[in-house]
Amino acid sequence: MGFEFHTSSLKAAVNWARKFSLFQYPFVTACCGMEFMSVAASKYDIARFGAEFPRFSPRQADLLFIVGTITERQGPALRRIYDQMCEPKWVVAFGVCASTGGFYQNYATMPGADQVVPVDVYIPGCPPRPEQVLDALMLLQDRIQKGEGHSQITIDAERGYDVPIAAIRPKQLGPTLSTTSPNAPGSDALHDAHAEGRK
Amino acid sequence: MAQIILDRLTAQFTAGEVIELGSALGNEWARIKRESWTTVAKFLRDDPALKLEMFIDLTAVDRLGLRGYEDAPRFDVVLHLYSVSHKHRIRLYCGVPEEDPSVETLVPIWAGADWFEREAYDLYGVRFKGHPDLRRILMYPEFVGHPLRKDYPKEKRQPLVRRQAGTRE
Repeated sequence: MGFEFHTSSLKAAVNWARKFSLFQYPFVTACCGMEFMSVAASKYDIARFGAEFPRFSPRQADLLFIVGTITERQGPALRRIYDQMCEPKWVVAFGVCASTGGFYQNYATMPGADQVVPVDVYIPGCPPRPEQVLDALMLLQDRIQKGEGHSQITIDAERGYDVPIAAIRPKQLGPTLSTTSPNAPGSDALHDAHAEGRK
Repeated sequence: MAQIILDRLTAQFTAGEVIELGSALGNEWARIKRESWTTVAKFLRDDPALKLEMFIDLTAVDRLGLRGYEDAPRFDVVLHLYSVSHKHRIRLYCGVPEEDPSVETLVPIWAGADWFEREAYDLYGVRFKGHPDLRRILMYPEFVGHPLRKDYPKEKRQPLVRRQAGTRE
């Protein structure tokens, strides 16, 4: 394994370190929080994946777990928390409410947290099983290794680095879980930003 | 269950303050004239035989387009009261028309009515005259309209913040 490092780029090494040292900020608003506790506690033990330490300050976290229903009224708070996190940062929408609004279809509920922050991995389920969360975490780790996180792509594009091929086709990102919600307003913007970054 | 409340109401208010009253499934109810809303409420709380000292609930009903109620006022304010002393309860209605959706506040009589009236104001737009602090309680101050009114579009959202295409994320 050590030899591989010598032949790989610095970026790959840095991403390898990043993916096993995720500091999460749980933005818990609803019943999904119970399932989140289960994942974080001893039985399912998210620590096995290097993401055991919840930081309750966004400034010390790089992984935002949006756990539960987001109302329109919470939108500004969620956006502010995302803005306060240091880059590179990743976002996981935990459960259907955070992903799409779930079964709430009314005046108060935001139809998916991706209306205000870019989401890297969506976890379906109401609430999701802990295994699904671990699956999503591993998926996110793959994404981090490849440099495909939203925030990684933005930074790379700004610095004029090559962005991963997958990143310019955001709708096809990801082997199992959907990454781009059909109603995400930012998906085309992301596409344009990357196309520009590659020029 | 609590026929005494209805009897006392009919005996006390003879000038049409009580429009209608009845009993259904063991629950007594009365429909009160809007102008007499606080007078009747105060009587129910203070009468020694009734002593409905506990405020249970206050909300509103929008009957827009409901068949059989075309001539009735559009909104009903619904009030539930309970007597801890006598262990009986009653439900009161007060019709509130669309043109002037307002009624006197009950906060001076039961302090607990405060947030319930704010909620009815927020979601149905019923104004409670004399309320000490009639602000929205659930929706944000920027929200326009009253979402539980039947003519509010079911899925109309009023976002405070959205991602903007072309901005750095």
